[in-house]
Amino acid sequence: MIALNHYLVLSGLLFAIGVVGIFLNRKNLIVLLMAIELMLLAVNMNFVAFSHYLNDLAGQLFVFFILTVAAAESGIGLAILVVLFRNLSTIDVDKLDSLKG
Amino acid sequence: MELKTVVFYVFAAIMLFAALRVITARNPVHAVLYLVLAFFNAGGLWLTLQAEFLAIALIMVYVGAVMVLFLFVVMMLDIDIARLRQGFWSNMPLAATLGVLMAGEMALVLSTDYFGATSFPDQAMPADYSNTKELGRLLFTDYVYPFELASIILLVAIIAAVVLTLRHRKDVKHLDPAAQIAVKHTDRIRVIRMPAEKEAE
Repeated sequence: MIALNHYLVLSGLLFAIGVVGIFLNRKNLIVLLMAIELMLLAVNMNFVAFSHYLNDLAGQLFVFFILTVAAAESGIGLAILVVLFRNLSTIDVDKLDSLKG
Repeated sequence: MELKTVVFYVFAAIMLFAALRVITARNPVHAVLYLVLAFFNAGGLWLTLQAEFLAIALIMVYVGAVMVLFLFVVMMLDIDIARLRQGFWSNMPLAATLGVLMAGEMALVLSTDYFGATSFPDQAMPADYSNTKELGRLLFTDYVYPFELASIILLVAIIAAVVLTLRHRKDVKHLDPAAQIAVKHTDRIRVIRMPAEKEAE
């Protein structure tokens, strides 16, 4: 019998993998974006599980909007990545220091 | 064990494996392909949660559009993988500690019945229940305003992506379509009046 907490633990593990991915791939911007996608997937999994077990469709609508925003985010992120590669010939995050911040 | 339990554990195991390979794969192309696998398994899990529309939307929109975009960018860029992998192993101890701590704490809290998370009944929908129909009804009535906002966000994203990657190359000759269309016959032909060289007889 699969209860709500199985899904919650699963998405917790997925979220932790996403965070570890951000730590491990500090230089590779593409893998950073993919780790963010993993974390968003974990959040969406939570929403869907709660929506099912509480019998409330609002959770699924939130997932719908999160998918929209995530698609927009990765589209703009990849556009920035392409412009970055065109200017610097690398996607190393450490090289993003021309503002000297 | 009933079938649904087996399906859950198989899909969850494959999804976690794929997620781990996403963050550890050496080649970014492999990472993207493993992320596709993770999304497919998440879609399967959502199907067991009776969120059919979102499961299909995840596979259509994410695997079909966003992941293909990722793959396109990864293959287009000529990346020096060895240099980008620097610091991978030196960050490993801290990252692994934090990850295990986070996952362990979350599992510890969520697997107890403190929040009553184990006691929600599994909702079984009637056979003629349509998830897509209900979602559509909610989306175009109660949530029509956020729906419009989402479309504006997508429009902004389209314009931003196009404007960011647009460039005017100076080293290539090109035609200006507007100037071509606006041209008049007086710009092209000049009628000159001159006397005939030989008189008509």
